[in-house]
Amino acid sequence: MSETKEKKEKIPRQPMPEQEAKVRAKNFEEVPLGYSPEAAMVEAKRCLQCKNPACVQGCPVGVNIPGFIGHIREGHFEKAISLIWERNGLPAVCGRVCPQELQCEGNCILGKKGDAVAIGNLERFAADYARKSGECELPVKLEPTGKKVAVVGSGPSGLTVAGDLALKGHEVTIFEAFHKPGGVLVYGIPEFRLPKEIVFSEVAGLQDLGVKLECNAVVGRTVSLDELFEQGYDAIFLGVGAGLPTFLNIPGENLIGILSANEYLTRSNLMKAYMFPKYDTPVVRGKNVITLGAGNVAMDAARTALRLGAQSSRIVYRRSREEVPARGAEVHHAEQEGVEFHFLTSPVEFKGNEKGRVTGMVGLKMELGEPDSSGRRRPIAIKGSEFELECDLAIIAVGAGANPLLTQSTKDIELNKWGYIVADEATGKTSKKGVWAGGDIVTGSATVILAMGAGRQAANSIHDYLTRGW
Amino acid sequence: MFKVVKREEMAKGTVILNEIEAPLIAKKAKPGQFVILKATETGERIPLTMADTNPEKGTITIIYMVVGKSTALFKTLQEGDEYQDVIGPLGKPTHLEKVGNVVCVGGGTGVAVLHPITRGLKQAGNNVISIIGARNKGLLILEEQMKAASHKLYVCTDDGSYGHHGFVTDVLKEVLEKNDIKLVVAIGPVPMMKFVCRMTKDFNVKTLVSLNPIMIDGTGMCGGCRVSIGGKTQFACVDGPEFDGHQVDFDELMLRLQAYIEDEKASHDEFCNLKKENV
Ligand SMILES: Cc1cc2nc3c(=O)[nH]c(=O)nc-3n(C[C@H](O)[C@H](O)[C@H](O)COP(=O)(O)OP(=O)(O)OC[C@H]3O[C@@H](n4cnc5c(N)ncnc54)[C@H](O)[C@@H]3O)c2cc1C
Ligand SMILES: Cc1cc2nc3c(=O)[nH]c(=O)nc-3n(C[C@H](O)[C@H](O)[C@H](O)COP(=O)(O)OP(=O)(O)OC[C@H]3O[C@@H](n4cnc5c(N)ncnc54)[C@H](O)[C@@H]3O)c2cc1C
Ligand code: SF4
Ligand code: SF4
Ligand code: FES
Repeated sequence: MSETKEKKEKIPRQPMPEQEAKVRAKNFEEVPLGYSPEAAMVEAKRCLQCKNPACVQGCPVGVNIPGFIGHIREGHFEKAISLIWERNGLPAVCGRVCPQELQCEGNCILGKKGDAVAIGNLERFAADYARKSGECELPVKLEPTGKKVAVVGSGPSGLTVAGDLALKGHEVTIFEAFHKPGGVLVYGIPEFRLPKEIVFSEVAGLQDLGVKLECNAVVGRTVSLDELFEQGYDAIFLGVGAGLPTFLNIPGENLIGILSANEYLTRSNLMKAYMFPKYDTPVVRGKNVITLGAGNVAMDAARTALRLGAQSSRIVYRRSREEVPARGAEVHHAEQEGVEFHFLTSPVEFKGNEKGRVTGMVGLKMELGEPDSSGRRRPIAIKGSEFELECDLAIIAVGAGANPLLTQSTKDIELNKWGYIVADEATGKTSKKGVWAGGDIVTGSATVILAMGAGRQAANSIHDYLTRGW
Repeated sequence: MFKVVKREEMAKGTVILNEIEAPLIAKKAKPGQFVILKATETGERIPLTMADTNPEKGTITIIYMVVGKSTALFKTLQEGDEYQDVIGPLGKPTHLEKVGNVVCVGGGTGVAVLHPITRGLKQAGNNVISIIGARNKGLLILEEQMKAASHKLYVCTDDGSYGHHGFVTDVLKEVLEKNDIKLVVAIGPVPMMKFVCRMTKDFNVKTLVSLNPIMIDGTGMCGGCRVSIGGKTQFACVDGPEFDGHQVDFDELMLRLQAYIEDEKASHDEFCNLKKENV
């Protein structure tokens, strides 16, 4: 026993093969290339198969981590994926985008002394293997119940609800405002981090289960919630995300060349502006680009700018490096690719030329003061420290709010003071009978896996309602 | 897919009318609202106002000026062809109420956007005077329809080839001087709206304009369509497209409309060359 333990500790964490930084900074292909079966089996051997696995506690949907890793170790990849699917309908996505260092891997016992097991990489491996081989068993679908459910929004929360309820035998239709399904996974997160083919294959999987998809349906405009009930839907889930861009409200912000991250990324990802003029939608291609903010969204924008030909791509952030909210891997990748970081800098004003185009940003240096309500040390401006940074493109990535389009047209849904939908924490029930909500529209911008977790809870509650009552 | 059931060329082929099958939108749309259309997989999302709707037949009508790549591509769609995506109805409907004497001013394809609003204002019981203009006679659209939708119609051409020789603002000035006007609705090129507003401000008459900034989603999630209204930033796709003309920063809007001018030109030139090669 002690002998095998020793051996395990000797295996180093298997590195993820990646496209070289110089090369990838000029293309939109995926950065990490994925484990080979051999590497996956070696990495799987590192797992101690803990009796009380701490890693599982860190996963918001409770994936049976030692279980699936055990299957990979034995080379039973299809068993591994079946086990993951019991808890997580989008493992190819989560393996790539979960903030593992804060969740599963952050809790892994091996991380205490050395490197945690690469749980995310292994989950991704199992899911990619299943997609490519097509060998794995589809989950069993229960008898049709004759009940109809409308899911509004096709982001991770909506897709989870749709999949779960379809398996339980309900007739599910997803209504999506955009012309393509996937929510942030498609319009926000770039191809080089999450290939769109993966998202579309997950959606196709749902359609194989019988889920119907209505794109170009802006609920609240094209059709209202009450009309959906009139059309015979028995329950409605709202997973409309937090799609309202926040601006800085500083002078010069409406100059040409200042875009919200939502706009910049939507143009590039959803509309494929990176392939302009083969695709018709253009995007501002800056030579000197500034991105404001330091979350995942900001990293995606700054790295996209490099790929669209920027000579310099700079992240400007009010706080210090310690407070950067993005996934570790994203910051690391951004730095490798040449993104520069300006910490403790706050934007004050944008300058423009006579054509109304942005030419620079005036920034103010900050220092850290006392901790604020969030426990983070509050940045305070240093008087007289103004300086100018040249730029011909500035991307605002300082957060998102609740888009009021749907909620304004549906008066009987209770909202909190920021406009997010008030929903029961355990069930996702809203103040309107027959309507559930989950994901970013309830919590504010969060993560893919939390949105999926909320979707799972809501699906269970909707199923109870459809079979037993409100 | 959204089938074109009727297609007409107007103003010597520079303006095109499409009647499109879109039953859900036709049922819900109100005057002043718009749709976003995308013709093909690689296409751009283009906002166009609904010039008419037919809920029974399940169709909407758009009238657009051919100005660049996307509208040139739309022009190639014949009856029976399909748009891949049509999204709507978007934007706030016009607030139609009885106020008394109203003037509707339209220029270029703005007349197409103005027409359903004019009709609505007349139906609401207002006395409607309309003034429409174009660069020359050949480019004038919807004269008959505007005549039917108004109590009185004035027509202007910049070159004097038809109707009053001069700009719509010349006629508007006279109308404002001679009548007690309660509301002006002005829809057309940005400079036209700007000058109309400057004039109505002197007369202290409330003026509605419909703004056309560059849009993508049309649902308030990108902020690309932002306009300055009374010094505050608003999103034209959800807060508009109609605004109090006296509060609008037209100069900013004019600049912002130029954001992609070089790309647009390159894309249009390539499209025209391709078309030439294919014939
Ligand atoms: C650029 C970017 C990068 C990110 N990176 C990460 C990451 O690395 N890891 C991570 O865990 N999280 C990341 N996130 C956050 C994560 O993507 C979100 O938390 C998650 O997608 C929320 O899911 P959702 O289901 O609530 O909504 P969304 O994914 O926002 O989807 C909502 C969908 O609803 C549609 N919709 C909205 N209104 C209507 C309506 N009225 N009618 C019909 N449809 C409507 C929208 O078009 C959209 O498709 C990132 C977010 C962004 C923007
Ligand atoms: C709410 C709204 C309603 C409109 N209604 C009508 C209408 O009823 N009839 C009509 O003829 N036109 C209308 N327009 C304008 C129409 O959308 C543009 O003429 C069209 O997008 C031009 O596209 P293009 O590719 O052919 O030309 P491009 O060469 O791409 O552009 C020509 C000019 O059109 C503008 N433009 C470009 N892309 C967009 C875009 N995505 N959104 C908005 N403007 C853009 C820019 O100012 C640009 O310089 C409306 C615009 C808005 C926002
Ligand atoms: S779903 Fe996310 S948090 Fe859970 S095990 Fe997978 S990568 Fe880790
Ligand atoms: S905590 Fe780490 S070592 Fe233990 S089961 Fe989880 S992944 Fe394996
Ligand atoms: S078009 Fe995107 S917010 Fe208006």
